[in-house]
Amino acid sequence: MASYPAGLKYTKDHEWIDLSGDRGKVGITDYAQQQLGDVVYVELPEVGATLKQGQSFGTIESVKAVSELYSPVTGEVLEVNTALKDKPEVVNKDPHASWMIVVKLTNPGEAGALLDAAQYQDLVK
Amino acid sequence: MEQATEVPLKKTPLNARHRASGAKMVSFAGWDMPVEYAGDGGGVIQEHMAVRTRAGLFDVSHMGEIEIAGKDALAAVQRIASNDASKLQVGQAQYSGLLTPRGTFVDDLLVYRLAPSHFLLVVNAGNIPTDYVWIAEHIKPAGDAVAVDASSRYALIALQGPAACDVLQSLTAIDLPAIRYYWFAHGEVASVRATISRTGYTGEDGFEIFVPPQSADRVWQAILEAGGGAGVIPCGLGARDTLRLEASMRLYGNDIDDTTTALEADLNWIVGWKKDDFVGAPALRDQKAAGVTRKIVGFEMLDRGIARHGYEAYIGDTKAGVVTSGTQTPFLKKAIGMAYLPIEHAAAGTEFDIDIRGRRTRARVVPMPFYKRAK
Repeated sequence: MASYPAGLKYTKDHEWIDLSGDRGKVGITDYAQQQLGDVVYVELPEVGATLKQGQSFGTIESVKAVSELYSPVTGEVLEVNTALKDKPEVVNKDPHASWMIVVKLTNPGEAGALLDAAQYQDLVK
Repeated sequence: MEQATEVPLKKTPLNARHRASGAKMVSFAGWDMPVEYAGDGGGVIQEHMAVRTRAGLFDVSHMGEIEIAGKDALAAVQRIASNDASKLQVGQAQYSGLLTPRGTFVDDLLVYRLAPSHFLLVVNAGNIPTDYVWIAEHIKPAGDAVAVDASSRYALIALQGPAACDVLQSLTAIDLPAIRYYWFAHGEVASVRATISRTGYTGEDGFEIFVPPQSADRVWQAILEAGGGAGVIPCGLGARDTLRLEASMRLYGNDIDDTTTALEADLNWIVGWKKDDFVGAPALRDQKAAGVTRKIVGFEMLDRGIARHGYEAYIGDTKAGVVTSGTQTPFLKKAIGMAYLPIEHAAAGTEFDIDIRGRRTRARVVPMPFYKRAK
């Protein structure tokens, strides 16, 4: 049984966000990586891109399929984890530590509506 | 494949075993099938690598078996299957096509000659009813021959990989090294009546084992136990697909269907040009004389990205074809695929673009197969 860190917030689309002030690191959940299977390719936005909450910020591909990545919040991309380009498989091994982008939140109030760990656990059980 | 209505999925005799092993199950062609297995050794990539380096065990009991028997069985098979079945000796198998009058595919299949006038056709799971009706109708003019859908009488297990022969030999008295590629023999595996065929859909050496459904689990478990030391693991449809694509084997529904001819699919070698007429032959002769206007090619991605089934191919700004299969291959570690391209752009080395979700991505035609095992 996967454990979902209490410090993170989650979306129904199976992303997590690790908030710190007006910034958040974004990745996909353990449930999402299990559903995908072996991840072989992650396509991420450029630094400086602006995202709306729920908007696609990239794609993740397993051997079998392609999935969109959806931003949990509205904001600007401050950093992109370029290490995933050459080592996409870390998303399978350690999904809750494998951040993809850092977003500067335009409207930090949006985060309040995200799921907490217990709610997310409920969603995927 | 999504079902339009709630039709219960069919289950192979090994379904409970897959579920108990924690396999991830998916709906495939109306069947509830394992796509990959759980645990540290599982997942498409590790299963794929197991088959390339050790051996993997597949449940392919969803495949259909149609038997044709009767005094004129050979004439019947010759009429419906594109390859020349008269070349088959008893105990030998061949890859063939079930073609429409236009020379396109109703299905692709393996034809086994069980006896001089008794053939076994192994067909794709999703096509069993269509194939059976098609075959029963089209063998009528051939004379005394009857087709029977015997799918429920067989479970089919594939053991594929360089260790397959040694592992299976420990469970059978049949002299396995004596079975040549695309030949088969009858005997017992783990004390279960079996037909062992040196065939497969992975590009590796290996065997496909026909057993009675009620004994499938016994044979499955015996092979996994016997192969444990050699690193044999169960494999799902996910690895089956990446393995067959590396080996450039066509997949019905992806790379070939009733819109693509045997010549366009570059399968001239399964067309029995010298035999009497068969369904599709006149159309193929015409197409051969005129020359094909498009052809299936293998490609590698030059830019980063993975092309998938249905993505469009472009020569310059002109839409020129379509990708039929594509993946990131675990063994070759490249993004590869197959596509139909205009014949003037089908030569190895030709570069073209693939539209990957709105982005033009460069690819290059390469010779197939992508992967060929060392002899």
